[in-house]
Amino acid sequence: MTLNVELVQPEGELWAGNAELVIARTLDGEVGLLTNHAPIIGILYEGSLIQIRPESPGQPAVVAAVSGGFLSMANNRVSILARDAVLGADVNTTETQALLDRTLQDQPAPPGPEEPPDVRYYRALLAAADQTR
Amino acid sequence: MGAQLRAVRRRIRSVQSTAKITRAQELIASSRIIRAQQRLHAAAPYARELTRAVEAVVSLSENINHPLTRPVENPRRAAVVILTSDRGFCGGFNANLLREAQRLRGLLSERGLDSVSYVAGRKGITWHRFRQLDIAAEWSGFSDMPRQANAADVTRTLLEAYRQPADQGGVDEINIVYTEFVSMLTQRPVVRRLLPLEIRETAEVPPSGPLPSYDFEPSPEDVLNALLPWYVESRLFHALLESAASEIAARRRAMKSATDNANELVEQLSREANKARQAEITQEISEIVGGANALAEAIRE
Repeated sequence: MTLNVELVQPEGELWAGNAELVIARTLDGEVGLLTNHAPIIGILYEGSLIQIRPESPGQPAVVAAVSGGFLSMANNRVSILARDAVLGADVNTTETQALLDRTLQDQPAPPGPEEPPDVRYYRALLAAADQTR
Repeated sequence: MGAQLRAVRRRIRSVQSTAKITRAQELIASSRIIRAQQRLHAAAPYARELTRAVEAVVSLSENINHPLTRPVENPRRAAVVILTSDRGFCGGFNANLLREAQRLRGLLSERGLDSVSYVAGRKGITWHRFRQLDIAAEWSGFSDMPRQANAADVTRTLLEAYRQPADQGGVDEINIVYTEFVSMLTQRPVVRRLLPLEIRETAEVPPSGPLPSYDFEPSPEDVLNALLPWYVESRLFHALLESAASEIAARRRAMKSATDNANELVEQLSREANKARQAEITQEISEIVGGANALAEAIRE
C-alpha cells in the first residue's frame, strides 16, 4: 500500500505519483502522513515545505515550497492544493535570494513566525532548493 | 485599360489583402484554441478537490453561518461582473454578452436592486464609457490568457465590496456574466451567481463516493473561513478560462467566415473584371474593324 499523492495549483498539476510518506506543515503544526492515516483536511502554513518521500528508498525526496493552501487526505489519496508552489528543483535561487533581500530591505522583520508570509515563502523556496540539491 | 476595369482590379487587390489578414487571424486563433482548452482542463483537478473539501466541511458541520453563504435580508445593491474580450474581431462575442448583461440588469431592477458594474476586458470598458455608465472597477489585458493572479486580483476587489454594507458602497450579491464554452462551434453567454454561495441539501451521494469523516486542522470553522474565498476565486478563474476559450473560438469562427466571404467576393469581382476586359476587347476590335472599313471605303473612292 502506498499513498497516491497529487500536488496541484489552480493552473494545473505540479507533481503526481506514489509515495511512502508526506510531511507538511499545517496551521496546527507538522503532520506526517503515512498510509491509512485518518481522513484529514488541514490548512497549510503560509510559506512552508512539503516533503514527499518516494516508496523506493533509493529515490530522492520531492521537496516543494508552498505559499499557502490546504491538504486533504482520504483513502490513501493525498491532495495538496497549493495557492502557489514550486518544486525545489525548479527554484531560481539567485532570483529568489534577490527578491528576499529586497523585501527585507524594504520592511525589515526579525526572523521567525512574525515574518510576513511572502518573506517566509521566499525562505521556503530557498530551503526547498537547498534540500533538493 | 478602361477606367472600369482598373477600378475593379483595385478592389480585387484590396479584398485579397483583407482575406490574407483574416486568414492569418483564423490560423492564429486555431492554434491558440487548443492551448486555451488545455488550460481549462489543467485547472479542473484543483477546482474538483477544492469543491470536495468545501462539501466535506459543509456537510460535517451542524449549521453553516458564514458571511459568504448568508443571503442579506432586503438586498439593495447587486454587482454585475462582465467578462468581455480585450480585442475585437470575434464576431458577436461581446455584443451577445453585453446584451445578456443588460437583461440581467433589467431583472435586478425589477427586483428593486441597483446594479453595480465590474467590467473585465477593454471592449466592455469602452462600451460602458461610450454609454456613460458607471464602472465600479475594471480590469484588462488578460482576456485571452488569464492567469491565477488575475483571478485573485478580481476576487479581492469583489470580496472587499461584498464585505461592505450596501449603504457604504458595498454590494449584497455578486452575479457574473461570461461566455460558456460549450464546444468549438457553440459558446453561449450565461449568468451565474457568485455570492452569496448557495448551500443545497441533497440526499444524493456525491459521484466520487460518500465523504469520509475528516479531521480538521485547525478547526472546521477555520478551515471553512480559509476555503470559501479560495472557492470563490476558483469559480472566477474557471469563468475567466471559459471566457478566454470562448473568445478564441468565436474569433476563429468570425475570421473563417470573413475569409470565406472575401474569397467569394474576389471570385465575383474577377468575373466582373473579365467581363469588363472582354467588353473592352470587343469594343477595340469593332473600332479597328470599323476604322479599317472606313479606310478601305476611302481608298476605293
